[in-house]
Amino acid sequence: MRTTLVLIFLLLPVLALAQDWEDRRVFGNPEAETQLRIISSTDTSLFAPVIERYLGDNTDLSVEYLVTGTSDIYTIFRENPEAFDVVISSAMDLQIKIANDGFARPLSNVSHPEWAQWRSSLFAFTSEPAAIVINRAAFAGQAIPGTRQELIEALRARPEMFRGRVGTYDVRQSGLGYLFATQDARASETYWRLMEVMGALDVRLYCCSGDMIDDLSDGTIAVAYNVLGSYATARVDSRETLQIILPSDFPTTMMRTAMVSRAAPHPERADAFVRHLIALQSSADGGVLPLPPIDAQVNDPDGATIVLEPALMTFLDALTRKKFLAEWEDAVIQK
Amino acid sequence: MGHSPSVSGSLRNRLVLSLIGGAAILAVLLFFVVRNYAAQVAQQGQDNILRASVTSILDAAAIREGEVEVDIPYAAFSMLGTASDDRIFHAIYQDARFLSGYPYLPMAAGRGRESTFATVSHQGEAVRVVTASRVLIADGKRTNVRVALAQTQDALSGQLEQISKNAALLGAGFFVLAILLSFWATSATIGQLKRLTDAVTRRGPQDLSPFQKPVPSEMLPLVTSLNSLMGRLDQSLGQSEDFIAEAAHRVRTPLATVRSYAEATLQRLDKEENRQDMRSMMRAIDESSRAAVQLLDHAMITFRSDHLERQDIDLAQLVDELVVRLTPIAEMKDLTLHYESDGPVPYSGDPILIQNAVRNLLDNALKYAPIEGTVTIAVSATPQVVINVCDSGKGFPDGELETLTSRFKRGANAEGTIGSGLGLTIAMDVASAHGGVLKLSNQPEGGACAQLLF
Repeated sequence: MRTTLVLIFLLLPVLALAQDWEDRRVFGNPEAETQLRIISSTDTSLFAPVIERYLGDNTDLSVEYLVTGTSDIYTIFRENPEAFDVVISSAMDLQIKIANDGFARPLSNVSHPEWAQWRSSLFAFTSEPAAIVINRAAFAGQAIPGTRQELIEALRARPEMFRGRVGTYDVRQSGLGYLFATQDARASETYWRLMEVMGALDVRLYCCSGDMIDDLSDGTIAVAYNVLGSYATARVDSRETLQIILPSDFPTTMMRTAMVSRAAPHPERADAFVRHLIALQSSADGGVLPLPPIDAQVNDPDGATIVLEPALMTFLDALTRKKFLAEWEDAVIQK
Repeated sequence: MGHSPSVSGSLRNRLVLSLIGGAAILAVLLFFVVRNYAAQVAQQGQDNILRASVTSILDAAAIREGEVEVDIPYAAFSMLGTASDDRIFHAIYQDARFLSGYPYLPMAAGRGRESTFATVSHQGEAVRVVTASRVLIADGKRTNVRVALAQTQDALSGQLEQISKNAALLGAGFFVLAILLSFWATSATIGQLKRLTDAVTRRGPQDLSPFQKPVPSEMLPLVTSLNSLMGRLDQSLGQSEDFIAEAAHRVRTPLATVRSYAEATLQRLDKEENRQDMRSMMRAIDESSRAAVQLLDHAMITFRSDHLERQDIDLAQLVDELVVRLTPIAEMKDLTLHYESDGPVPYSGDPILIQNAVRNLLDNALKYAPIEGTVTIAVSATPQVVINVCDSGKGFPDGELETLTSRFKRGANAEGTIGSGLGLTIAMDVASAHGGVLKLSNQPEGGACAQLLF
């Protein structure tokens, strides 16, 4: 509860616009009696094919797809769990906490790998690595960094080139950014050194991957760290200008998760939709869809993928979060 | 022979039932003990992990610039991961002030450094909660950081279910084994009794010697009593045998003496009146003598029947000898003894008894046959060993064929004939001692027939 209050307080500016969704689209027959409400952090364009396929078989249904940030989803959904049927988010830690606190409805007999679900109520359906995305123009004639260490060296080598032109998530605002940051910090000290270097270059902080990619495409920034590679790949228009680098020192891979609200207005429909989503993303032809499917090969022994476990809630503890944010601010915001 | 004693329950059933009952109680007990013990161990496992986790959280607590800082180690929650994805809850307090986590999480009672455990209800689920605290000192001020950590028990109850299943299997297996063992033990025990019974049954009619074979100590009193009973029986049988011989000797001899005196006196008497009296007296003496002989015969036969001693004999020869011996008596009464036999008739029986029986039948026939009548004796081996004695007298009175073989029972037509009424009884006893029967009938052309069928 306290955590919630702290989060609400932290996210107050965003919350004021809570009802102004980043995107809101109704799929299917708008006259349909039953309307499935999905709250999601995934861009509509990326998720639309999943919904359209589902509606193809369920013509008596319409789907209202609401897009907002991961932290917003956490607060909005917890306040009104009865207003939504399905919750989809990339912030695995917040999703786990929602499920842990009893807001998720368990589904029975879903054939899904053990590592890709939690309590039969939270289901992972994508496997998306965090990437370093660069604007090719800024690295013309230069070596392309393959690891965080090489990125640090590249940034240090040409500070005049990168000042004000590096970007990353504002972990105070973005749930996914916070997840990536905490997992990176767990994995290696290199993360803190990178943050210090980026902080010294007046790093630009973003709420979302989409905005970062926009700024990368038009050259506002030259390097973005911890961007969702899948978003960048999906931008057909910027394939020429952008290069996606999956850091080879230690990759961080996030799994997008879905759950049915315990207070869902249409639990059976929501149940069926989540099953459809899982089946679609697990099938061999998952590549047809813009979102990368979960892939057993990606979940290799490297430990690249963030494990879907209650330990994710560690950094959501108010004291631990406070301490982490203080360190992060020390590194990034150098005044 | 003896009547069967009344049955009151069965030793075997009682033994089997009490053994099975005991085994059932033990099996149930075993189930609960094993399950409780395993449940305790499983709970201890969860408690140990919770303790380790809460300790690592407390270790991460520090005071910086007057404020409590807790940097929860990732491992603290990670180690609480279970196969059933149990939910976890935590709460951190500084003294009485809530700092972070779940404010409504119930704490386990208890103070001090020791971790205390409790099973409480949180968010509608039973959770195991551990509470531990640590004192931090900064700028000479003491502050108490208290951490509660709770975990649901889905994995534990799954484990318990498995344990219960195994414990139940163990109990059932034990029970089945105990049933088999109890059947085995029971039949081994009852076997001893059965062996003794067989030993008693197998004994020959005269074998009254004590049992010598070793028996289990519990059966020793029974066998000792049995042996002493048989000893007394043997002794009293010997006594009665002696008594019979003694009585026969003591009664027969004086009677014979009295009769010879009476006969001598008769010779000397002239007066017809007195001679008549003396004859009556002699008749009475004859009757007494005969009765005594028959009584002794009967006693002897009863004794010998109880201890039947079979020998291989030829009935034709045996009867022939009797006929030869009785021919003079028959001739005195002007009777014809007609003996028929078709060769030897081998039979295994007591010759003395059979002789006695046939003699009694012949005596009867001679007694009841009219003057110049015929007594026919026939012995044949086929289709059945049979000795047939028929006379040409009046035959048995109608309606008395059934009762005539009773002891001391004489026929309605026996007035005026010397007899004790024991003859047919003796014949019948001998027949039944050999497993045969005595059949009485009247011939259609007149005369009585007695048949000894062996």
